[in-house]
Amino acid sequence: MKQGVIAKVSGPLVVAEGVPDAKMFDVVRVGHEKLIGEIIELEGDLASIQIYEETAGLKPGDPVESTGAPLSVELGPGLIAAIYDGIQRPLELIQTQWGPFIRRGAELPALDRQRRWHFKPAVKRGDLVSPGDIIGTVQETPLVEHRIMVPPGLAGTVEEIKEGEFTVTEPVCLVRTAEGLRELTLMQRWPVRKARPYREKLAPKEPLSTGQRVIDALFPIAKGGTACVPGPFGSGKTVIQHQLLKWADAEIVVFVGCGERGNEMTDVLIELPELEDPRTGEKLLKRSVLIANTSNMPVAAREASVYTGITIAEYFRDMGYSVALLADSTSRWAEAMREISGRLEEMPGEEGYPAYLGSRIADFYARAGRVICLGRPEREGALSVIGSVSPPGGDLSEPVTQNTLRVVKVFWSLEDKLANRRHFPAINWLTSYSLYAEALEPYYLERVGREWLDLRREAMRLLQVEAELEEIVRLVGVEALSPSDRLALETARSIREDFLMQSAFDEVDAYTSLEKQLRMLKLIIRFHELGREAIARGAPIEQILELPIREAIAQAKFIPEGQSERFAQLEREMEGQFEELSKERVAG
Amino acid sequence: MQKEYLTIAEVAGPIMVVEAVRDVGYAELVEIELPNGEIRRGQVLEVDRDKAVVQLFEGASGLNLYKSRVRFLGRVMELGVSSDMLGRVFSGAGRPRDGGPEIIPEKRVSVLGEPINPYSRDYPSEFIQTGISVIDGLNTLVRGQKLPIFSGAGLPHHRIAAQIARQAKVLGKEEQFAIVFGAMGITFEEADFFVTDLRNTGALERAVLFINLADEPVVERILTPRVVLTTAEFLAFEKDMHVLVILIDMTNYAEALREVSAARKEVPGRRGYPGYLYTDLASIYERAGRIKGKKGSITQFPILTMPQDDKTHPIPDLTGYITEGQLFLSRELHRKGIYPPFDVLPCLSRLKDKGIGEGKTREDHAGVLNQLYSAYARGLDVREMAEILGEAALSKLDRIYLEFAEEFEQRFIQQGEYEDRPIEQTLDIGWELLALLPRSELKRVKEEHIEKYLPKKEAPAPPRWARLAR
Ligand SMILES: Nc1ncnc2c1ncn2[C@@H]1O[C@H](COP(=O)(O)OP(=O)(O)OP(=O)(O)O)[C@@H](O)[C@H]1O
Ligand SMILES: [Mg+2]
Repeated sequence: MKQGVIAKVSGPLVVAEGVPDAKMFDVVRVGHEKLIGEIIELEGDLASIQIYEETAGLKPGDPVESTGAPLSVELGPGLIAAIYDGIQRPLELIQTQWGPFIRRGAELPALDRQRRWHFKPAVKRGDLVSPGDIIGTVQETPLVEHRIMVPPGLAGTVEEIKEGEFTVTEPVCLVRTAEGLRELTLMQRWPVRKARPYREKLAPKEPLSTGQRVIDALFPIAKGGTACVPGPFGSGKTVIQHQLLKWADAEIVVFVGCGERGNEMTDVLIELPELEDPRTGEKLLKRSVLIANTSNMPVAAREASVYTGITIAEYFRDMGYSVALLADSTSRWAEAMREISGRLEEMPGEEGYPAYLGSRIADFYARAGRVICLGRPEREGALSVIGSVSPPGGDLSEPVTQNTLRVVKVFWSLEDKLANRRHFPAINWLTSYSLYAEALEPYYLERVGREWLDLRREAMRLLQVEAELEEIVRLVGVEALSPSDRLALETARSIREDFLMQSAFDEVDAYTSLEKQLRMLKLIIRFHELGREAIARGAPIEQILELPIREAIAQAKFIPEGQSERFAQLEREMEGQFEELSKERVAG
Repeated sequence: MQKEYLTIAEVAGPIMVVEAVRDVGYAELVEIELPNGEIRRGQVLEVDRDKAVVQLFEGASGLNLYKSRVRFLGRVMELGVSSDMLGRVFSGAGRPRDGGPEIIPEKRVSVLGEPINPYSRDYPSEFIQTGISVIDGLNTLVRGQKLPIFSGAGLPHHRIAAQIARQAKVLGKEEQFAIVFGAMGITFEEADFFVTDLRNTGALERAVLFINLADEPVVERILTPRVVLTTAEFLAFEKDMHVLVILIDMTNYAEALREVSAARKEVPGRRGYPGYLYTDLASIYERAGRIKGKKGSITQFPILTMPQDDKTHPIPDLTGYITEGQLFLSRELHRKGIYPPFDVLPCLSRLKDKGIGEGKTREDHAGVLNQLYSAYARGLDVREMAEILGEAALSKLDRIYLEFAEEFEQRFIQQGEYEDRPIEQTLDIGWELLALLPRSELKRVKEEHIEKYLPKKEAPAPPRWARLAR
């Protein structure tokens, strides 16, 4: 077979000449160890290749051959609970084969070739099938029914369909197409840089509930929506992403650890098999897929990792699931792009990032959405995408943050000022926003009630008022405020400390259902209403603020789920205490 | 037989271009023999057909374009490692500098290292007692963590590092441990301080030191953390030792990287540092940790001086993005004469929660930690307010907090350089300080712990703050 040869090696970039049939984005094998790379630029006879592995020792003259296919992932049963590197190599198998350090040149299939899955057909001989049609199912985990679909671009009549135990490479279905007979297996492949097709995109209308109060109540994200979490180091991006990985009510969650810490992946690997999904009671690992390309793993594979993740996520969306893709951190992906671009000696744009940074970011988030999937039975899937951003020095004017804000609809702004005060999640309530609030209103009205919207609005209003009052306090001291302003300040503080602050590490506090969020907020806002009435009746503000119910409000976050009678009781106690207060006034 | 080349085409700063080469691999180790017989070393940064770009570790001075011989060694930079390295002092590139014999290696390993498979890591959770209250009490360190000190020029970070090296231990365990120390571009006095301190305390026998001084080749510093960690990995993962790695000063390391990058005319990133600084630093810091099924561990204490005390400078910034927390030093406390001058509020050990509590430190630890932290934060707020509005404008409670902040700095933060406080003592001091506050303020500690640990107030002579409170 004819081969090309290496002309130049510079870090993760190799330039090769004379590679037969070189096409953009095709995967090539480089050197005697057959390292995996991808063609990212073609110029005349020269192909620039980014290598997904350590390149030490590669020499000019070493062989390069093209596989003729673009970088693709394997999609089929076995994805759930797996942990892969940036180009979908299974890290568990790599450990078994090579021990605790990652050697290069590893070539292992992403999906287990030996394991057999029970396949139940959903079509029969003679049925007409087209792309996206579900031909059968595999119960992959107690939480995930893996729906086997006709791959995009293939249509015809079912000649044969089997039921039984199969590996991912054995044919389960025979389809007569215009080009002849085609075998379908439980597995398909898809190039990662190309969005998977769907029938139609729809506007998001349902919230992705996350169990995180500041998010669900103030800055919700929709199923099929996009959000970003920018913040300086240590402000809590990873903790938020891990909270979503654990508690978001998506049916499938794909987590991409992109250029971040190894220990953070270990943390997830230890916790997920233990934690239970609050909705199904099953272990959370049974719905998760993990991609880990940590900061010390090859930089080109880091660049690919977000695409690997989102393609797997789209595949589950196509089955009709609500999927969440979490990328921590997209800045590391952008930096990988910058590094490769620098080696290609491309014209640098802002801060050395390539000029196409903005369009790559936009294309990535555009893969989110609520869609009508291809194929029958007709179904709806949703892919929500949430990316962390790590701005240098916490400065949000930098290119990655700016280009991300241009395309995402939710902005959770993390601040180190809040983190330093140990106000977690350190999401700034004044600068963050969600552009879904309006689109989600009908859902809340129907499912939760108007009360929720009113409480939310009032909470936001009080937080605004607080910011204004604080200015005054800074100048003249708190004593100068009117009693009702002082009450507003105290209520706002209660909203912050008793509602927005949420510990990710407390068993009860870590997750709060929408119902409990409503009850909690109601307590706080009701206190404010009653307090205002009491002030109007002449009660001294000090006495209002000393009511024992305030301590109970502060502890409300630790009331376990499903105890609404406890909240009702607290509401009654509160009314009672205020009544006492006015009685005392009358008596005194 | 290696080929020798006499074809150096260009030397610019730490970069050399050799032409008409054959069979040269990327990242390969290079030897350059000067006309006087001196041997220098370098590494291939780029190879383009028959042209190799080489980074010179020991600088270019004395290098003659036409008479220097270049040999490509066909392997990457390796370090011969052995248990005999304990007790020895080496150059920043791994050559003996203590007059002792060459090491007879048990094996030779690439200094570049290989990434630890995230699947193979074990989560750090074992409490390391450093005997320093701010660390043990508020920012607890665990085995396998990487926790940097962000310092500034003239602050006593080296004394703190030496104190940690002297005192660090895991409670109730007799295990083999070692210190691997990497100095990059520090002064002779600073380096000598460490060596002497380790020798005086007898710790030198279980230490390996790699030292590159300020007046020694800059580019050699690029190697230093790598030889340090290669040694540490050998001791930890093949000799079952718990290794504490101290790297000082990472700022000098990053400067060296910048110098090479500039010489290569790469597109600079922020403030002239190369765009790959994050990835490069990660390739050092991520070599800390624990591995499933291995006894040993690597705990890293990188130290860096923040240029102009600016924490948004790329070196501290990118370090913070990689490490598992950070410890800041405060110039203000240093001026006040407080040692160790930790700037408590922005300090954080991200792994602390896994290392504290019953069975590890003490049941009340988490509560005490949170209460002390928030009380000190409030105290500092009050201090600031008092500066603007005057002390007269403070409420009674505010004054108590002001007093608390003062006492906290004097008694909790402040301690002797040779004072090794057990964790119980640190927590007890914490409770003594909490006793300054009204009981109703102690919302973050459990009732039962208050009963058990809060010192009972005695009748005689209420201190000033208590009179104010009434
Ligand atoms: N919700 C929370 N509850 C309690 N602690 C939190 C919470 N969020 C963050 N923290 C604290 O803040 C620390 C840093 O958070 P995290 O690791 O998420 O930061 P980050 O923004 O991802 O930083 P980096 O950019 O360096 O990765 C955590 O280790 C934890 O101590
Ligand atoms: Mg993070």
